[in-house]
Parts: sequence; structure tokens; C-alpha cells
Amino acid sequence: MTTYDVLFTIAGTISVAAALLAVSTKHLVHSALWLIVSLASLSGCYLVLGAEFVALVQLLVYVGAIVVLVLFALMLTRAPIGRSAEHDTSRVQRAAALVVGAATAALLASVLISAFGNDKKRVNGGGTHLLAARLFGSWVWPFEVLSALLLVALVAALALARLPIGPRGDADGVPR
Amino acid sequence: MNDFVEIVIRSVCVLAAFLVLPLLVGQTEHKVMGHMQGRLGPMEAGGFHGWAQLIADGVKFAQKEDIVPLAADKRVFRIAPALGIVAYLLALAVIPFGPHFYGANVPGSLVWLLAIGGIGTLGTLMAGWSSGNKYSLLGGMRTAAQLVSYELPLILVCASFAIAAGSLSLVGIAHAWNPWWLIWQLPGALVFLVAATAELQRPPFDMPVADSELVMGPFTEYTGLRFALFLLAEYAGIVVMSFLLAALWLGAWAGPLPDSLGWLWMLIKGGIFAFVIIWIRVAWPRLREDQLQRVAWLGLVPIALLQLAITAVGVVVTSR
Repeated sequence: MTTYDVLFTIAGTISVAAALLAVSTKHLVHSALWLIVSLASLSGCYLVLGAEFVALVQLLVYVGAIVVLVLFALMLTRAPIGRSAEHDTSRVQRAAALVVGAATAALLASVLISAFGNDKKRVNGGGTHLLAARLFGSWVWPFEVLSALLLVALVAALALARLPIGPRGDADGVPR
Repeated sequence: MNDFVEIVIRSVCVLAAFLVLPLLVGQTEHKVMGHMQGRLGPMEAGGFHGWAQLIADGVKFAQKEDIVPLAADKRVFRIAPALGIVAYLLALAVIPFGPHFYGANVPGSLVWLLAIGGIGTLGTLMAGWSSGNKYSLLGGMRTAAQLVSYELPLILVCASFAIAAGSLSLVGIAHAWNPWWLIWQLPGALVFLVAATAELQRPPFDMPVADSELVMGPFTEYTGLRFALFLLAEYAGIVVMSFLLAALWLGAWAGPLPDSLGWLWMLIKGGIFAFVIIWIRVAWPRLREDQLQRVAWLGLVPIALLQLAITAVGVVVTSR
């Protein structure tokens, strides 16, 4: 056990615990706040593995932008203080979610264990320069296609928000 | 053991700077605004020009009762003020005052600063929601909307400085700086100044806290020391943003005198930007919410993108 092992275990445990709280809490906004804890400690995991750029971008994008957007959407629609039961899912759905989650975890775990077993692997390749070389070298096409996909999503969102859909009278809420 | 002592000394220095600089900015703001608006303000405390007024304010804040509203989400309400303060303390640690004069030299310190700054403003959101007050909730929503729109130009111009220097570390950027940057990166610096003022929710971008219509927005329900922590976080934010701009655009410790006096140049440059941010508050009236979004999306983002293009062309041409 090195210091890195200990730190990684701590960050991972916090991340998993906060994620469980995020999906199980009865307080709607608390669930978004637990998501912050979970995502931040996940970036701690990246940091321990030496990928400081990935860790910081994780903080910048997920905590600084996406959770802010989630909180904004919650405040704009409904953000009750205290326990709320109106957004609870049915028991069947919960059981199904549990099964799917457990199956995914089992699949990932079995793949990782069968691939690496108990071998010791040196982790190197998280550095910013190497990451940039990989991203804009061998992975440049997937990267560009992804950005095109995001652009299409952006234009589509704008179209949905700005263009009137259906007859004009309906869009204004005035019956003809 | 030697490393440990060094870490302790550096941390203590950062903490000392964090406790002194925001208060200096606060006192400067009182005096500068007083003079610009042709009024005296408090002149009695401490004798000379009322220099001890800030201490008196601090004592007053500490004596006030700490009230948590009945309808509030109590735990979140109590945690919220701490987030902003801690975030800016961690941000101040990576700002270089000289080639070896910094709290910590992180390889990606620019990204670190932006990421941590984003977390600090989450405290305002939490405060706005957890107060159980409609004004606070409105303030929280406006904060979130403002944050999402002004974060983008801020990150884009920071990326422009990073591309120009070929480094993500503030120390590396300051080393790569040369006087041409004053013209080359000028649009970026202006965008940074405006976006940073908006990010700190300072007037004219103070729609979220607008005291005359939202009664301080997210901070309506806060009293005593917790309210003082929010004020302190705002001043700490001014310090961090001013010194960041000084490090990015004015080359941090670069100056005519010998290198050992670099920290003095950094203090002067950062102080000038802090003064400008205070000046902006006196000079412009508050922007309406839709005007505020318009400035971000139709003004700052296109200029920031243009700056990125100019920087990229410059880097490619000069690296031949």
C-alpha cells in the first residue's frame, strides 16, 4: 500500500458514497449537491493517477458548468426545500435500475479483472502533453466528429427554442 | 523535513496575503468611491481618514446574532458562505509574485484557478436556494444564468493567453511574456476584465444581488459573520481576478528594476486592476438582466473568439 493507493481508495469511496446518496436522497436539490461531491472526488481519483489536466477539466466542466445548469433548471422549475415525494419512481423501476446498475458494475469488474488480474501496471500517459498528442494525433477524427455532433445539437436546441412549431395561433396560445 | 518546512512557510504566506489583501481592497473601495462620488463617508474611526472603519465593521459583524430562518435548509444554509472563501483561498495559492515566489507551482495552474473559481460561485447558488426566500431564489437563478454565460468568454480568453505562451502554468505564461502582448492580447484582456467583473457580480453586473430590488438577492437572509464572509469572498475575488489578469497580460513580475523586486511590480499591476474594477462600479449604472445576457453572448463571446483566432495566427506565424 503506497500513499497513492490510500488516497485513491479514499477519493473513490467518497465518490461512490456521494453517488449513492445522490440517487437515494428524498431532497431534490440535495441530490444535485451530492452530485457535486461525487464528481469532485472523482476528479481527485484522476489527480492521484497523475492526470492533472483531466482532473481539472472534470472540475471545470462538470462541477462548474453542468451542475450549475442542473441547479438553474431546478430553481427555474421546482426546487422544494425539504423532503418531496412527487418525483419518486415506482418500486418496479427502482428494482430494474438496481439490476441494470449491478449488471453494468459486474460486467466492468469482470472485464477489468480478467484483463489485468492482480498485475501491477505503471500509470503514465495522463500528462497534458501526451494527452494533447493523443487527442490531436491518433484520435483527431473522433474528436472532430464529436464537435460536429455538439454543433448540431446546439443548432437543434436553438431551433426548438426559437422557431414556432405548428400553426401560429397555437404557438401564441390564442385559438383561431 | 526541509520540504515540509517550505510547504508550511508557503501556506502561511498565502494565508497572510489572503487575510490582508481583500481587506486592503475593501478599504480602498470605501475611500475611492467616497472621493469619486464627492462624499466623505465615515471619517472618525481610528483618526486619519477613518482608516479603522473596516475593523469597526468587522467587530459589528462578529457581535450580531447568527440567524437561520425557519424555512431554510439549515445544513446547506450554513455551509454555503464557506465555499466561496475557501475557493478563493485555494485560487490565490497558485498566483505567482515572482519566478520562485508563489504558494504552489501546479503544472496546470491556470485551469486550476478557473475550475476553483467556478466552485466558489456554487456557494452563492446554494445560499440563494437554501434561504427559503423568494428574493433569494430569484437572486440564485440570476447568479446561475450569469455564471453560465460569462464563464465561456472568460475561459476562451484564458485559453488565448495559454496558446500565446504555450503553457498552462501561470509561471510559464509569465516567463513567455513579452511587451508585444500588450497590443496582441489587448482585446482578450478587455474581455477578461468585463467577464471577471460579471463573474464577481460587481456593479454594473450586479443584477443577482441588486440591493434596491432584490434586497441583496442570495444574501437576504444572512446575518453577522456569515454575511461578512460573503462580502470578504467578493473582495478576495477582486484580488484573485486582478492578480490573474496582471499575471496573464502584464507579465506578472516583469519590470525595469532588478528581479528581486518583481513582487513589487506584481503588487502594483494587480492593484491597478483592482482599482479599475472599483472604478467601473462607480462609473456605470446597473445593466438589466436581458442587457446583461446580450453583452455576454453578442459582445464578449465573438470578441473572445476573434482574439483566439488572432492568437492562433500569431503563434503559427512567429513559430516559423
